Formats: sequence, C-alpha cells, structure tokens
Amino acid sequence: MSSTATVLAAATDTGTGEAVTFWVLGPLAVLAALGMLASKKAVHSALLLALTMLSLAVLYLAQDAPFLGVVQVVVYTGAVMMLFLFVLMLVGVDSADSLVETLRGQRVAAVLGAVGFGALLVFALGDAVVTNEGLDQANSEGNVEGLANLIFARYVFAFEVTSALLITAAIGAMVLAHRERHLPKITQRDLSVQRFRGGQYPAPLPSPGVYARHNAVDTPALLPDGTPADASVSRVLAARGDVRSIPEQASTTAIERAAPRREDDGS
Amino acid sequence: MNPMNYVYLSAVLFSIGAAGVLLRRNAIVVFMCVELMLNACNLAFVTFSRMEGNLDGQVIAFFVMVVAAAEVVVGLAIIVTIVRTRRSASVDGANLLKY
Repeated sequence: MSSTATVLAAATDTGTGEAVTFWVLGPLAVLAALGMLASKKAVHSALLLALTMLSLAVLYLAQDAPFLGVVQVVVYTGAVMMLFLFVLMLVGVDSADSLVETLRGQRVAAVLGAVGFGALLVFALGDAVVTNEGLDQANSEGNVEGLANLIFARYVFAFEVTSALLITAAIGAMVLAHRERHLPKITQRDLSVQRFRGGQYPAPLPSPGVYARHNAVDTPALLPDGTPADASVSRVLAARGDVRSIPEQASTTAIERAAPRREDDGS
Repeated sequence: MNPMNYVYLSAVLFSIGAAGVLLRRNAIVVFMCVELMLNACNLAFVTFSRMEGNLDGQVIAFFVMVVAAAEVVVGLAIIVTIVRTRRSASVDGANLLKY
C-alpha cells in the first residue's frame, strides 16, 4: 500500500524549484485576489488583479507553457488591465462603491455561497485521479510549434471563428462608444456672430491697475475721471470683498500732491 | 509537490472571483472579478494539459484569452455607455427594466 503510494507520489511529483515557485506565487495570487475583493478604490483593485495575473503568468511558465505565459503578460496584464484602467480614468477614479445593501443579507449569503462553492470544488478535486505525464514529449519540437500545429490544423475552424468574433467585438465597441451629434457643430463664425448680436461688451475686459506700489489682480484700474473700473477686477474677488481700495488712495494722494501746487499757482 | 495543487489554487481563485461578482457594486470591479474567474479557468486548463501530456488544454486556454479580450472590449464599452447616461457605474443603478 505504502509502496504504491510512494510510486504514485514519485509519478506525480514535480521538481523542488517548481514547488518553491508555486508556494511563493500561489499564496501571493490568492492574497492579491482577496485584496482586490476588499479594496475600496477600483484602481487598487485593478493593480492587485494585475499582480494576480502576473503570478499566474509565472505559474504558466513553470508548467511548460511559455507561449501562454508570455501571452498572459502581453494580453491580460498589458492590454486588458490597461483598458480597465483607461475606463476607470474615463469614468472617474473616485467613483466609490455604494455600501447600501439592496437585498438584505445578500452579503453574508454571497460569502457563504462562495466559500461553500470553493469547498465543493476542492473536495471534489481531492478524489480526482492524478497523472503527471509532463509536456516533454508534446513540447519536443518547441511549445510554440506544438501549439501552432494544433491551432492551424485541428482547431483551425475555431481559430477562424475567433477572428470573426474579434471583428464583431471591435465594431460593437465602436458602435457603443460612439455618440451621435444632434446639433450642428458651432463654428468660429457662429461664436463671433453670437458675441456681437448678444449686445454685451465684445472686447476683452480691461486689465487690473498697475501702480508704483501695487501691481496685482485685486487692484482695479482707474478710469480717466479717477473712479475705479469695476470690470477690471474679477467678479469672484469683488464678491469675496477682496478688492483693494488702492485707487482711492492713489487719487487722494494725487489730489494732495496737486493741492499744494495749486496753492503755489495761487500765490 | 502534486500538480493538483495548481487546480486547488485555480478553484480558490475562481471562488474569490465569484464572491467578488456577488459582493461588489461597482460595475468595473465586478467585471474584474469575472476576469479573475476566467484566469482561474485558464490555470486549470494549463495544469490539465500538463497532467495529460498534450497541448490541447493550452490551445483552449489560448482561445479563452482571445474570447476574454473581445468580451472586455464590448463589456467596457457597455459600462462607458451606462456611465454616460446614468452618471454612475453602480450595478444597482441600472434597474429601470424592473419597474
């Protein structure tokens, strides 16, 4: 009994290096997946999923599937996850998950269901008859050549159907993401006509005042009659009450300066 | 180490993905969990391919990747459309057919 067990163990045993790889990357993948499940921010979820996918890519490499390992990195981690991040940025990074439970007890039921499902799978797999033929013979001409022989011979119809699927997906994405223009585009000419027909002041607003001691956006310019030009200061600053009263000072100093000169003239 | 460990890992990852689909409310995160489930299946396919000693499992994993890429493109386009009309990526928001 024990001899058959040892024979079976020897037949299904993998190398030590692969065992180390598995026991480092397997828990890492599971932890990253759990982190993806638990993280509040969708961007963190995306990055943790990328980590899981990278771990799986290395596990593919360890299992004599170099082509799939590389494709996993290029297609999943490279293209799919970047597409996810792209859409996340488009939608808005800070779109938080709503914490309202629409179905009461759904969260507990979901966790229980998932744990039960996982336990069912794992215990069912425990009874499986395990062989470990290894891919040395199948990969004798090289993994990529072996896959190509299968894809372009036995699975060539599925491969062609895949191309139709990809084209359909591309067109579908374009149709879905396309937005029809309901109104004609506003040209520069229309904008110009709008500005002059509107009746408001068509030219740019006057710039703020520039004085010897004050040169900032909160100091209004002076009109020819010495009164401050209200339009030269931002309405926001005026609403906040942050407008300086420099022009008044300037005008009073100007009057003070002018006054003795007048006196001189008078005497 | 027994190669069945890979299949156990695949089962655990698949369950985590399923739990995520049921638990999360953000449509994009739900979609990511679906991707995790697909990846877990791929790991099982690659392991079975190695255990049986032929490459058919790897070919099927390759096709799964292609279909997943197409599915992601269409799914994300649908999510973008929903977000554009409803201003929210929450799966609870898209319940108009219910009433």
